[in-house]
Amino acid sequence: MSTTTTSPPSARTGPPRRQTAPAPPAGRRGRRLRALVGAAYAAPTAVMVVLFFLVPLALVAWMSLNRWPLLGKPSFNAPANYSGIAEDELLHSAAWFTVKYTVIITVLLFVVAFGLAVLVQHRRPGVGFFRTAFFLPMAVGFASASLLFLGLLSDEIGPVTDLLAEFGLVDGYVSWTSGSPDSALASAVLLVLWRFAGFNMLILLTGLQAIPPDVYEAARVDGANRWQTFRRITLPLMRPTIALVVTLMTTGSLLAFDQFWILTRGGPDNSTTSLVMVIYREAFIRLDLGSAAGISVVLLAVLVVFNVIQFRVLRRRSS
Amino acid sequence: MKTRGLRVASALTAGVLVLATAACGDEGTGAADDGAVLTLWTRAATESVSKAYADAYNATHRNKVEVTAYPNEEYPAKLASAAGAKSLPDLFAADVVFAPQYASQGLWADVTDRLAGLAVKDRVAPSHLKAGTWEDRNFALPHTIDLSVLLYNKDLYTRAGLDPEKPPTTLREFADHARKIDQLGGDVNGTYFGGNCGGCVEFTLWPSVWAANGDVLDPEGEEAKVDSPEMADVFALYRELYEEGVAAPASKDEAGPTWLGALQSGNVGIAPAPSVWLDTLEKKGLELGVAPISGLTGGESTFVGGDALGIGATSEKVEQAWDFLAWTTSDEAQVEVVAKNKGVPTRTDLAENKYSSADPRTVLINGLVAKGRTPYARNFNVSFNDPQSPWLQTVRGALFGDAGKALADGNTAITKSLQQG
Repeated sequence: MSTTTTSPPSARTGPPRRQTAPAPPAGRRGRRLRALVGAAYAAPTAVMVVLFFLVPLALVAWMSLNRWPLLGKPSFNAPANYSGIAEDELLHSAAWFTVKYTVIITVLLFVVAFGLAVLVQHRRPGVGFFRTAFFLPMAVGFASASLLFLGLLSDEIGPVTDLLAEFGLVDGYVSWTSGSPDSALASAVLLVLWRFAGFNMLILLTGLQAIPPDVYEAARVDGANRWQTFRRITLPLMRPTIALVVTLMTTGSLLAFDQFWILTRGGPDNSTTSLVMVIYREAFIRLDLGSAAGISVVLLAVLVVFNVIQFRVLRRRSS
Repeated sequence: MKTRGLRVASALTAGVLVLATAACGDEGTGAADDGAVLTLWTRAATESVSKAYADAYNATHRNKVEVTAYPNEEYPAKLASAAGAKSLPDLFAADVVFAPQYASQGLWADVTDRLAGLAVKDRVAPSHLKAGTWEDRNFALPHTIDLSVLLYNKDLYTRAGLDPEKPPTTLREFADHARKIDQLGGDVNGTYFGGNCGGCVEFTLWPSVWAANGDVLDPEGEEAKVDSPEMADVFALYRELYEEGVAAPASKDEAGPTWLGALQSGNVGIAPAPSVWLDTLEKKGLELGVAPISGLTGGESTFVGGDALGIGATSEKVEQAWDFLAWTTSDEAQVEVVAKNKGVPTRTDLAENKYSSADPRTVLINGLVAKGRTPYARNFNVSFNDPQSPWLQTVRGALFGDAGKALADGNTAITKSLQQG
């Protein structure tokens, strides 16, 4: 049941690290010194977390209880920023769309990434080339990748429509990114698959390679076929890694912005407007920072619930 | 010895400074032109004009204006972030339709008293001045003016058997001309419009409503009137052109970025477009005619767009910034910078100038300022220009869906958005 991320020290081979480390100073003073050194090591990270996460978080929470002008003094108006959420139709459609998108992308991205990881799992001639090729899109910035797809899929300047027309698959003018809600969503899904499949493949690959070969060998001796091996050994031993990847995918999808902002502009007819786009609109178009903070806090709460569920699964399986 | 040397050096420096100040005395206004470096932010669409203003000002003043341009779509967010951080630039320009919102939020410094002392104040484009006004206080002055006009391809007119010197005088005639040109076939299309772009549609279709004495918004900007028969007629005409295939199929999805590119191809017969594109398109080798946008059966109007410029509310160089702002309204700036570069002067008394008379099309464009309008609403961006605005949904419904329902529902939704606090 061990993987690289969760294996206990006793499962590792070689001498325990503690033997090679210098002996700690004895007594209460020594313990205190060790605690201080530990705190000093943790201090830079702690300061960063407080400054760049906890303080902004507290500020956003406070902002969500106020009418917060760009310039001038804020005034307390709770719970107006939260009660407004219930009446915002655009927000409702964006929430529904974001959930739909999260489900679609999590399933598709997981299947593609896992498929790729299984394909390049074993050392074979040329496998390094494919691993690099699958991971390479990750080197392109996400905004740049979105612009690249906007150009590729454009009927005016892109080659995709012309290529498909050559094969007789499309006829005349086609607008992939804003022609219909489905084609707009499909363009964004394609972009995200291309950009992130390699990265998720890499995480899954480390999980796959952490499964001891002996387990597979024992299964083979017992006469298990490929599907049974995958179903009974690979999947159960991969659970913690899968939980991690799925957490990353759902969190990333619930916070989707770039792909829709650049590729579809939330259209056609608001059909691809994500939750973060609504937050952006509240803050920078309506200039209502309080309302934007209110939606952000609700979204954060949803994300926390999602992550708690994921972590529970992760802990239960690894314990 | 050392002290004496320092004294001599100080005296010499002071002398040089006095001479330099005296030499600049003609152009500068004393303390306001003290060699300050002023930051000016603008959007990409206005960058060239802002830079031309800055270059001319820098050449004759001790103050130095440094222009920074941001992509059009990102600019409002950039301004909001800077305001939130209390670090607005000394001067910033904004799309004139967003001016009431920025003025109401106090992002610009109040220039009411300074404007009252400006000699040319009554000759500055009134619709722009109104846009920069909030609760009877002035916050911004016109910076650039961009008008919507009909641009038509003279070569395609000739090929279609139309007289290139006789542009349409009614919207119906415009549609007939477009149909005739569309019959040329091949890659040629009769017309083109931004059917997925709220800003493009208001800029090009509203003048036809105004020309028919209709309205789309009340003067206070709190009540929409997009369900008026005049607006419905204009939508119906463009809808027909799209359904007949006279308007290029890409019109349905045009969100703005490829609008200019579509006209540059030379395959569009006649289309409403920004007047500032005339020069750009002609540099691509097109021979274009210009006509005012008309109503269904006549009249003419235009959308007086462009940018307004004000002093950042957090600036500590208000005197120097006003020196630049006031200078932009001078004859020198309006004629030698704006008119010379084929722009529309922001001063109504300079519509006819030594440069405009060289091209009758420029005279026509400059003359339209007096006939056009700039809509005024505090929540303009969120109600009309933003891709998620209720106006864009209304446009899509009116042009490609259930028109009657879209206009009725849209009017309610836009009014609600306009009145939102």
